[in-house]
Amino acid sequence: MKNSGIKILLNGLIKENPVFVLILGMCPTLATTSSAVNGMSMGLATLFVLFSSNIIVSILKNIIPDKVRIPAYVVIIATFVSVAEMLIHAYFPAIYESLGIFIPLIVVNCIVLGRAEAFASKNTVLSSALDGLGMGLGFTLALTLLGVVRELLGTGKVFGNIVFSENYGAIIFVLAPGAFIVLGYLIAIMNKLRKTL
Amino acid sequence: MLLVLSGITLFAAVTLASVYTLTGKSIANAQQTKKEEAIRAVLPPYDHVDLKPVVMNDGVETTRVYKAYDKNNVLVGAAVQSTSNNGYKGPVNVMVGFNNKGIIVNYVVLDQHETPGLGNKMENWFKTDKAKQDIRGKNASTANLTVSRDGGEVDAITAATISSRAFLFAVRNAYFAFTHSLDTQPNVAKSKVDAPRPILNDTTSTINKDGMKGPQP
Repeated sequence: MKNSGIKILLNGLIKENPVFVLILGMCPTLATTSSAVNGMSMGLATLFVLFSSNIIVSILKNIIPDKVRIPAYVVIIATFVSVAEMLIHAYFPAIYESLGIFIPLIVVNCIVLGRAEAFASKNTVLSSALDGLGMGLGFTLALTLLGVVRELLGTGKVFGNIVFSENYGAIIFVLAPGAFIVLGYLIAIMNKLRKTL
Repeated sequence: MLLVLSGITLFAAVTLASVYTLTGKSIANAQQTKKEEAIRAVLPPYDHVDLKPVVMNDGVETTRVYKAYDKNNVLVGAAVQSTSNNGYKGPVNVMVGFNNKGIIVNYVVLDQHETPGLGNKMENWFKTDKAKQDIRGKNASTANLTVSRDGGEVDAITAATISSRAFLFAVRNAYFAFTHSLDTQPNVAKSKVDAPRPILNDTTSTINKDGMKGPQP
């Protein structure tokens, strides 16, 4: 049991990383990773929603009728997204401002509904919690990595700390095309790494 | 089926209501603190601030003018909260500070929804001393506060001209409200002598007692 728990956790981190392998949830991935802090906060907010909704869905899996399961999941997910939004607004106003519309948009992030439907509705509470945690961490890691690379190449900073002068930064990496380019290269690198592992 | 759906929505409603009440106060406090800090940050050296703003509404945008005085109750400037609805993704809400000659002292962006990495650079862009970016020290009565592309003397944010226009509109509107508030209420400074207000620098609690809210539109 212990081994399989770790396996579930690592599954989301590496083998089925939502961003680099499943290519799910691309909207926030591309839009919010213009800086490392934004990417990481977005990842953590999604982690919270994934973890909580996975637990609740797996607790309720036997009493939710099959016909209305999707609406039920959506209500559960939307609840946790709103909770996350209010908490961020109250305690991290700066992050709330920089993420803006993308926090409420977690509700339509397909990775969240995807895990509820594909995993939490079929597995025990503990494995679902671990799955949510693993997937969430994988998502956070991917977004942070993307944010770090884009921020460094675009503005010469990492987490706001200046590495080299902004004058040498290529602004394209902060813009949308840069997001696609960096994501493409990171996916290629991850594929190579997974083959060697 | 009905029972389960009702149960889930009930659970959602209870959760949301409790979190809302739990965080409501912090959210309001955070916004209040931000506004007070903004007022402090944008004003020229002063002794005290009239925290009851002069509210102006031209039918579209509401502007609030917070006047600041020195020890002898002479007006030294004002912090003006001003909004533009022409932002790229929503309203741009700024606090602009002027001294009594109409020179822009500083500004703080209170609320904006511009593109991260582009338009949201407005928070620091217009106070960076580089090329023609800096609006601080410009006299709002004589300077042409529009972007270079529109024939003005301010460099727009790279790749975010719309956001820059919205920002500068809010600044111009703030100056308009500031001058207007001087015209319409010439007695304000005098009335201050009768009822001196607590010094703003002191503590946040003093400010709250005074009520930063002002009349609502």
